[in-house]
Amino acid sequence: MEKKKMATSCDIDVHGIARIEGEGALHVHIDDGELKNVELEIFEPPRFFEAFLRGRGFEEPPDITARICGICPVAYQMSACLAIEDACSVQVRDEIQTLRRLLYCGEWIQSHVLHVFLLHAPDFFGLEDAVELAKINKSAVERGLFMKKMGNKLMEVVGGRAIHPVNVRVGGFYSAPSKGDLQDLVEDLKKALDYAIWAVEWVAAFDFPDINTSYPLVSLVHDTLYPIDYGTVASTEGFNVSPKEFLDRIVEEHVARSSALHAKLDGETPYLTGPMARFNLNYDRLTPIAKQCAEASGIERDCRNPFKTIIMRSLEVVVAFEEALRIIDNYVAPDPSYEQVLPRSGIGYGATEAPRGTIVHRYELGKDGLIKEAQIVPPTSQNQAAIEEDLKNVIANNMDLDQEQLTNYCETAVRNHDPCISCSAHFLDVDIKR
Amino acid sequence: MGKAKLAVWKFASCDGCQLSILDCEDELLAIADAVEIANFTEMTRKVIDGPYDISLVEGSITTADDAQRIVEIRKNSAVIVAIGACATAGGIQALRNYADIDEYVSAVYAHPEYISTLATSRSISDFIKVDLELHGCPVNKEHLIELVAASLAGRKPRIPQYSVCEECKLRGNVCVVVAENMPCLGPVTSAGCGALCPAVKRGCYGCFGPMQKANTTSLAIRLKENGADEDKLHRMFKTFNATKFEKEFSS
Repeated sequence: MEKKKMATSCDIDVHGIARIEGEGALHVHIDDGELKNVELEIFEPPRFFEAFLRGRGFEEPPDITARICGICPVAYQMSACLAIEDACSVQVRDEIQTLRRLLYCGEWIQSHVLHVFLLHAPDFFGLEDAVELAKINKSAVERGLFMKKMGNKLMEVVGGRAIHPVNVRVGGFYSAPSKGDLQDLVEDLKKALDYAIWAVEWVAAFDFPDINTSYPLVSLVHDTLYPIDYGTVASTEGFNVSPKEFLDRIVEEHVARSSALHAKLDGETPYLTGPMARFNLNYDRLTPIAKQCAEASGIERDCRNPFKTIIMRSLEVVVAFEEALRIIDNYVAPDPSYEQVLPRSGIGYGATEAPRGTIVHRYELGKDGLIKEAQIVPPTSQNQAAIEEDLKNVIANNMDLDQEQLTNYCETAVRNHDPCISCSAHFLDVDIKR
Repeated sequence: MGKAKLAVWKFASCDGCQLSILDCEDELLAIADAVEIANFTEMTRKVIDGPYDISLVEGSITTADDAQRIVEIRKNSAVIVAIGACATAGGIQALRNYADIDEYVSAVYAHPEYISTLATSRSISDFIKVDLELHGCPVNKEHLIELVAASLAGRKPRIPQYSVCEECKLRGNVCVVVAENMPCLGPVTSAGCGALCPAVKRGCYGCFGPMQKANTTSLAIRLKENGADEDKLHRMFKTFNATKFEKEFSS
């Protein structure tokens, strides 16, 4: 990229960062060639879920918390179910948990493909959006849309609806889909898997800036599977703990610029969850075709370049299609489709991997089955501090870029992490001052 | 004549209704060809100034700034369509309307002084004249396309005006109230979802809000006779469209 010379002092202000989910802004202040301040501001109005969940029935969080985010409702539903079942000492049968994983695969596919093709890829071509991308590479966008549609189809067949699925309940599902309903999807899922394999190759050939990060990475881990629907919480710092112990270790801070709380490890260390964390901590659990794609793409197995999350997200789409096909192949409808869950007083924890990262729910129930306290820790509030670290890194290495180029670069650095602001406000405008 | 200019605006919401547009995978490129997408932050960096031929508004009004922003959008839009339960009824976040907002702020945030919010979450039509409303949490994407196509053609959109109960019969579901004795809001809820919940053997939970002239009192009596727990029934009405089902839980 041709670099234009610029003044050494400036302010960059982006009000309303585009192609992210929700409303946020970025303010950067550079004085005499020195980066003085970076702030990611989240001005999504607060909606107070944790307040109005108090007094609601123990069976309600899957429907209510789904409404925190239209893009990853299943993540909320699944963590909520696990937490309430934990409080009530119920563990669902493997058949039910596997059906949950299938639904979750649908969500990973639609959310990741939306981000890779519609939100993130245009940055690598210097384009405004996917419609412009379609003008220069229509078949790429059409393939993306086909994969996205298949993710949504999985959600419809298993969950009853793509946005805010209706078929999820504490204990399992209201009804289990029939084997035939799932088998009807197989031919198109196989075609979509072929597109997903192509997509890894396509994104791996993009031009990536050479940026490295050093903050700890955190994700769920599982003995045999790539983590999606449950697991323990591990980090590149070496801990591997239960969701409860993890919640005890993070401190959520409320800063003036944000209606999202900032979570830090032990109250001080920024850390990152999401595709880069999952990829680093679970490389050996990639599904067979995804592992071949990773090797062929040339991506380092300990890759810490956030611009390459687009490759990792694409690999996770391959994982999700492979897993969906495996689950459908072995599928036997669970009968009954749910476990009976009787409320009791107690505290429960649930952690799963939303497309954007680890999501933890905690509920305290009364013996009447009503919620006394709810705590929801979504990925974006955990990732916010690490995203600011990335911005400092990007700006420090690119002081010689002109205002417009640096602004675009900063926006991309934010989009690398697919922040979900509706989730976290419980975010984006870029504003660079020099 | 040039292409019609379409804008999409977000207020307090989950993004699900505007995601419905991006979920039109088979139609998305055709839509982008038929209209000029002039403002849609989730989809594009491109921003084209108004006035706009049609503005789709997602989300509810919960801050003083947003109450001003919506007035400006009205001035700049020929047609305003409020989409989804948040824009048409205040959404789930309207549960604050029945609680002490200061207590809510301090329950969630360590520094209440950093938070600026109104005591209520209100629909778009509480602040400005709205030309059309599309219900649902989330809206039905086919109905959204129909509505945009109709308003561009200057005709009335073909959106069902009956209840979920009728959709359910048309779908051939077994009635969950009669057969399973489940509480179901299908008889009083606007059609549009396709009776999804009864199809998976659960009662409708009213996410499309009340149909016109719904006899909620009669339904509540019947469900109580069937043995539904009164508190649970109140909570059923008091969820995604609380402000529209108000009389069924505030009395």
